[in-house]
Amino acid sequence: MATPSRSLPRAARGRSRRERLATWGLTLAGLLAVAITLTIIALFVHGSLPFLRTVPLGEFLGGTRWAPIHEPAGYGILPLIGATLVTTGIALGVAVPLGLLAAVFLSAYAPSPVRRVLKPALELLAGVPTVVYGFFALRFVTPLLQGFIPSLGFWNGLSAGLVMGVMIIPYMASLSEDVLYAVPRSLWEGAYALGATRFEAVTRVVIPAALSGIGAAFILALTRAVGETMIVALAAGRTPTWPPDPRQPLLTLTTAIVNIATGDHEATAFIWSAVFAIGLLLFLTTLVLNTVSYLVIQRFREKYA
Amino acid sequence: MSEHVAPPVLSTRKFSLWYGSHQAVIEVDLDIAERQITAIIGPSGCGKSTLIRAFNRLNDLIPGVRTAGQILFRGEPLYGRGVDPVEVRRRIGMVFQKPNPFPKSVFENVAFGLRINGFRGDLKAKVEEALARAALLDEVKGDLHRKTGYDLSGGQQQRLCIARALAVDPEVLLMDEPCSALDPIATAKIEDLIRELASSVTVVIVTHNMQQAARVSDYTAFMLLGELVECGPTRELFTRPKDSRTEAYITGRFG
Repeated sequence: MATPSRSLPRAARGRSRRERLATWGLTLAGLLAVAITLTIIALFVHGSLPFLRTVPLGEFLGGTRWAPIHEPAGYGILPLIGATLVTTGIALGVAVPLGLLAAVFLSAYAPSPVRRVLKPALELLAGVPTVVYGFFALRFVTPLLQGFIPSLGFWNGLSAGLVMGVMIIPYMASLSEDVLYAVPRSLWEGAYALGATRFEAVTRVVIPAALSGIGAAFILALTRAVGETMIVALAAGRTPTWPPDPRQPLLTLTTAIVNIATGDHEATAFIWSAVFAIGLLLFLTTLVLNTVSYLVIQRFREKYA
Repeated sequence: MSEHVAPPVLSTRKFSLWYGSHQAVIEVDLDIAERQITAIIGPSGCGKSTLIRAFNRLNDLIPGVRTAGQILFRGEPLYGRGVDPVEVRRRIGMVFQKPNPFPKSVFENVAFGLRINGFRGDLKAKVEEALARAALLDEVKGDLHRKTGYDLSGGQQQRLCIARALAVDPEVLLMDEPCSALDPIATAKIEDLIRELASSVTVVIVTHNMQQAARVSDYTAFMLLGELVECGPTRELFTRPKDSRTEAYITGRFG
């Protein structure tokens, strides 16, 4: 017999140290993203303090006149929020149905060669620079629409929203298609075996099963629309109006920031603070919309497996 | 087969099926007797699942599938011109190898087939009747709307799938290895259930488990490499197989 062995073989020192290092490194990487987000929020809160201390919150959130560099100044944010909701609403009105239909077609109807060609082509739409979209809206869509709506302004929220909708179709379609395509074959077969048509199988079994992913696509599209700047800056104009009329020029939250940041007026520290306040509000708007969508989706999703 | 006088519900006539260039079913002639249980047995890859999926035209969904010969459903060609596979599948139900409940409530799972087929009448009563026929009602009665298919155990899920199929009153129930994902107790329950169902519906069951075929079926068909080797009353096939390959398989010399 050999000498009694030393219980269990000890882990090589270097190896376990590497393992610990990897754990720490990865944890740090994961926390970094959260830390950056929190830092941004903190900076925005800090930056907007001078503004929020001076302008009563009621006037800021409830006011309908936005004129920070005029005399007398108006600091009501409602025209900006209204404009953002109008353009976002129009954009989602275009992107959600079209994106979802495209996703259903690609995942359930298109023969696989068609799918292989069409899906990347659709995703290409997301790669078009937004300035191109903006110019397209201003110089092509608006004149086209003026043929039907004579009262449509040179700058207006309608064509900006429509073109923005086209821009976010791929976000809606591509992500939805992924989740629809991932619904197990067995659910399709279960529906078919009961005498469902393809349309019934898609609408009653496959889409509900994929709803949480479709909801994620919706949230992404929503966030892109709320945050989109270039298209609205070019095509929707820069006039804060209340109540917002999609046929007229609008000033969204994002373009209000652009306006101040690129204006040739003398930007005082106070006005910069107003920009921070708008930024904070933009951030909170996105957060609230995301949370609400998430909760709605949780309520209606059907979980498989 | 002289024991049953009624015409067969389903009969295949030199039925062949190809996946692309691979022939999975080769000139099969098989009769499925009404309100009897027919088991199709054979080793993996013998074409038994393919054949059963031809009975409700589920193979149509796979690109590159081609058929030759005929399957008659109550005398009418199942693959004939103008036959709507959707209608076929309503009349010929199916239960799959792995339970595949929809991610909906137990009630909605069973109501699904009724809803899409425009059922008018007492939906609740019909759903409960189907659940009762599948011997599941007592276990889920209080939770019809609260539990989803995925909250049930594997055996319950499979009985839910059976209830779902029964709800639309199919004339034939196809079962593709319905117990292969279940434990022995759940399997025994399903087997009892299948025996009971045979009084009201024609059952075709594919199984790789010969004991199961011997336990539940009235007729057994043995397939090998895409061909139907032998078919007959179960007792006969298992005790006095006519073909030496059948004998070799049932005595466990291969497969």
